[in-house]
Amino acid sequence: MSAVIGHDHDHAHGHDHHPSGLMRWVKTTNHKDIGTMYLWFSFVMFLVGGFMAMVIRAELFVPGLQVVNPEVFNQMTTLHGLIMVFGAIMPAFVGFANWLIPMQIGAPDMAFPRMNNWSFWLLPPAATLLVLSLFVPGGAPGVGWTLYAPLSVQQGMGMDLTIFAIHILGMSSIMGSINIVTTILNLRAPGMTLMKMPLFVWTWLITAYLLIAVMPVLAGAVTMVLTDRHFGTHFFNAAGGGDPVLFQHIFWFFGHPEVYIIAIPAFGVVSQVIPAFSRKPLFGYTSMVYAVASIAILSFLVWAHHMYTAGLPTTAQLYYMYATMLIAVPTGVKVFNWVATMWKGSLSFETPMLFALGFLFLFTLGGFTGLVLSVTPVDIQLHDTYYVVAHFHYVMVAGALFSAFAGVYFWLPKWTGHMYNETLGQWHFWLSFIFFNMIFFVQHFLGLAGMPRRIPDYAPQFTDFNMISSIGAFGFGLSQLLFLYIVLKCIKSGEKAPDKPWEGADSLEWTHLPTPAPYHSFETPPVVK
Amino acid sequence: MIKTLLQVIGAGALPVVVPALAWAQDKAKWNLQEPHTEVARQMYDLHTIVLIICLVIFVGVFGMMFYSMYAHRKSIGHKAAHFHENTTVEVIWTVVPFFILIGMAIPATQTVLSMRDASSPDLTIKVTGYQWKWGYEYLKGEGDLSGVSDGIQLYSNLSTPREQIYGKEPKGEHYLLEVDTPLVVPTGKKVRVLITANDVLHAWWVPAFGVKQDAVPGFIRDSWFKVDKPGTYRGQCAELCGKEHGFMPIVVIAMEPAEFSAWAAKNGGGKGAAAASAGGATTAAVKSGAIDGKAAYESVCAMCHTPGIAGAPKTGDKAAWKPRIAQGKEALYNSALHGKNAMPPKGGSTMSDAEVKAAVDYLVAAAK
Repeated sequence: MSAVIGHDHDHAHGHDHHPSGLMRWVKTTNHKDIGTMYLWFSFVMFLVGGFMAMVIRAELFVPGLQVVNPEVFNQMTTLHGLIMVFGAIMPAFVGFANWLIPMQIGAPDMAFPRMNNWSFWLLPPAATLLVLSLFVPGGAPGVGWTLYAPLSVQQGMGMDLTIFAIHILGMSSIMGSINIVTTILNLRAPGMTLMKMPLFVWTWLITAYLLIAVMPVLAGAVTMVLTDRHFGTHFFNAAGGGDPVLFQHIFWFFGHPEVYIIAIPAFGVVSQVIPAFSRKPLFGYTSMVYAVASIAILSFLVWAHHMYTAGLPTTAQLYYMYATMLIAVPTGVKVFNWVATMWKGSLSFETPMLFALGFLFLFTLGGFTGLVLSVTPVDIQLHDTYYVVAHFHYVMVAGALFSAFAGVYFWLPKWTGHMYNETLGQWHFWLSFIFFNMIFFVQHFLGLAGMPRRIPDYAPQFTDFNMISSIGAFGFGLSQLLFLYIVLKCIKSGEKAPDKPWEGADSLEWTHLPTPAPYHSFETPPVVK
Repeated sequence: MIKTLLQVIGAGALPVVVPALAWAQDKAKWNLQEPHTEVARQMYDLHTIVLIICLVIFVGVFGMMFYSMYAHRKSIGHKAAHFHENTTVEVIWTVVPFFILIGMAIPATQTVLSMRDASSPDLTIKVTGYQWKWGYEYLKGEGDLSGVSDGIQLYSNLSTPREQIYGKEPKGEHYLLEVDTPLVVPTGKKVRVLITANDVLHAWWVPAFGVKQDAVPGFIRDSWFKVDKPGTYRGQCAELCGKEHGFMPIVVIAMEPAEFSAWAAKNGGGKGAAAASAGGATTAAVKSGAIDGKAAYESVCAMCHTPGIAGAPKTGDKAAWKPRIAQGKEALYNSALHGKNAMPPKGGSTMSDAEVKAAVDYLVAAAK
């Protein structure tokens, strides 16, 4: 350990010697550089996936087919989902992990810096394959991000590119996770016991285990589709002794933990931000850790609640309903703890806090619609309708994305050494908040009234809510350009930030490191009391 | 009650929607569709109960949060307290939700049990999802309503003209929710549907009946409904099935049992599929979408059997057909369904078994 630090120390004096220009980024093994690349990559993917959402909403603005044909519409829904999940949200939180975990546990860098480089650089080729699939004969797969067989077996070669992309993304995630687990378990500063770690680090430790457990399962599912397509197997073909529903079981065994892979780091960010702006320690730290762990464990036991209409046995429908409802308990504990953290605090509402509260309010709303959907007979009516679309966007966008925004505004000063523009930040929040609800709140009504998801055209009674939703979507999309402007402005010409711009922030990156954080975080480990 | 509550959140969380409230003349727009079976009613009520519980908790929790945001602001000089745990409240807010969930699970379990009890039906209909239409087959045997509708086969295609979809004509009243041949069922009878698919997953969904069941190729799933009152009920395919997924609606007409029997008799019910279509004579059946052997023949078989390609016996060639007919109809059906020599199974088509049989009947009739 000390040898490693000594080694870093030598380099610290040679800061100017690392490669510059493009090669600096290609060859870097520095957790901050890699974190930055993850974050920019995810923002680019966010814009690409967002553009696809705009195409979807433009087509759905009024009934009839105007903008794209049904094939392209299906390709847009598929790629929008895959790109947002695997290209935008997941890499964003890996970016946070890279930047923050070494700083928060008092480590010099990640445990495996070269593997860190490789796990990032796998992402651009995978994303390229996904986007490229649009331009091969037959286009991208038009099957939804869930890639259900047998429809995915029917698709053109775009499906093969997608399968390959998923393999690469999976490898990247697994390597990233191994790195995170090893870093957290081995590189903590003296005195930084597990139960003293900031909650963000805890959430990533648990998420990394989830990733290691389920990414191979997804790889297995898509490989089975691949061999069904080209090598004569019949995993999903009844005529050959297979079963299409098998795909759904495998996919959702990955897919449900995946939901928490996205949500849990978001919990972590919010658990840093809310105490900081409440100027009061996180309420129920221990129960927060246990709640996250039990959510993670339960997430492996509820996958078939995505399949209530697939024809499960009655007993299975009942079991999955009970198990799914049970997730409400630890999730409720987290929400109550966050509110109790604010209770009798000394609250201020800078942009990170606004996004964290937006998260808390809207994620909880998404949690409640999740509870509604967990009830099997109700889900029979709502499955595969816009109600589900509304539900998971409340969790993914108002949940994960808002939390990521909260995190960016919170840590930008530490990352760049500059403050962002507070007024513009608050504008970004309010525009996002209003437009988000415009897009998705009305979709609950569409789903209740019977509008199926993944349709390019709809009956006229759904018109007004779809119009509201589309207008909201265009507004939300444009608001994100404001975010880009705020970040660029902060980097280039923001006011100089103090070492600890947030009064209530108490983790090591604020208390023990200057602003901007030095290239190598802790050359000698801090001692944690 | 529930409508009002929804409007309250609609208005509260989203001022932009306020104009929309004015448009909301019919409550159908704000909630689940009006249920027309007992199961659908239970689903509707269950949703209402769960939603109210959620709203009460939501208002409670966020009432606390907003109060805190108001009263504990730094800007009014509130000083932070330093507590960060309290075992009592933590135990309470872990245990109490657990009991609330049990309260929700009990009625939900009852509904699941009745929803899944498809036993002792009065009528059984096989539903097949195709890319991209629905096929219906009224089955013989147990639950065949004294045989009045046996053997009726229907195909249900979207009847909305393409011109309406592409905006060249104004959209009709039931745009995208209308079909050429609706499914017809009697009211007050327990109708069991056996659901399967021919190619990829589909899902047969009629919201008013509370029935949504995936159609899985190679497997049969079941569901059931008993419709209260006559009417036309509309639904859609609910599982992405390819490019025309949004264009394969479901329309079910429920009529009084006597009326249903008359409809069934007119459409060749009770005599089996073959009789309904032999020689293409029953024009009523053809009109209603029941199987037409001649049309099936012309769409698939004629390609080889009219010119006599690849050793296929020519249509109407009595000498060629005589030894074949002598083997009996079952043998001919078998060859046509499973293939023989150069002929692929079903002539390489995606026709249903009944269509293939009807086509064979037509060929046999032509050679006699």
